[in-house]
Amino acid sequence: MGDMMTKRISKGLLAGVAIATAIGGFATPAFAQRDPAYAAARSAGQVGEKMDGYLGIVGPSTPELRRLVNDINIKRRAVYAERAKATNATLEEYALTAGCQAILATAPGEKYQAPSGNWETRTSAPPMRDSRCP
Amino acid sequence: MSAMTNGKLTDRARAATSLAMQGESKARRFARMAATMFVSLGLTGCITVNAPEEPIVIELNVNIRQEVIYRLAEDAGNTIEENADIF
Repeated sequence: MGDMMTKRISKGLLAGVAIATAIGGFATPAFAQRDPAYAAARSAGQVGEKMDGYLGIVGPSTPELRRLVNDINIKRRAVYAERAKATNATLEEYALTAGCQAILATAPGEKYQAPSGNWETRTSAPPMRDSRCP
Repeated sequence: MSAMTNGKLTDRARAATSLAMQGESKARRFARMAATMFVSLGLTGCITVNAPEEPIVIELNVNIRQEVIYRLAEDAGNTIEENADIF
């Protein structure tokens, strides 16, 4: 009887976990959208993609922009660290590679950092990137 | 002649142990002193290292090779797509 109870409970638990996983999977879609404040700052050219794989403030800095940029960069760093470990690379190597790709993915009008260190506005032409970028 | 060879007739002398007894020249003694001074100066001299005023910045990016970036490119591209909210 005790054994039956345990079996029933563990079965119920398993089912619960499965349901929770399914709901969790639906609740957080794989391709989440940018935060509206971030999207606005990006298209306004207040923030731009740096060569090192992180976001930078382009014009005058404000506490709001700093908070937004720091928040995203902390999240990016966590993702880079995880993927760097998975691919046997260093954090800097992975971040720089992601920087290459992030600059390539900028839309016309958005800001990015050129190899000279200056901020450039993306046009329809390919962006100026580090010579090592693929 | 016989007195010279007979040990008993002359007083026993102490061996010339001190430098003064050996008749070291003044020039030699000065050289020794100078050498000693040089050695002791060398032992007591300190090496002072002053910390630079500017912080030392090491550019890690310089060491990252192109082949590493090529290897990671596909994975990094996927990571950006999968985390579109922070890119």
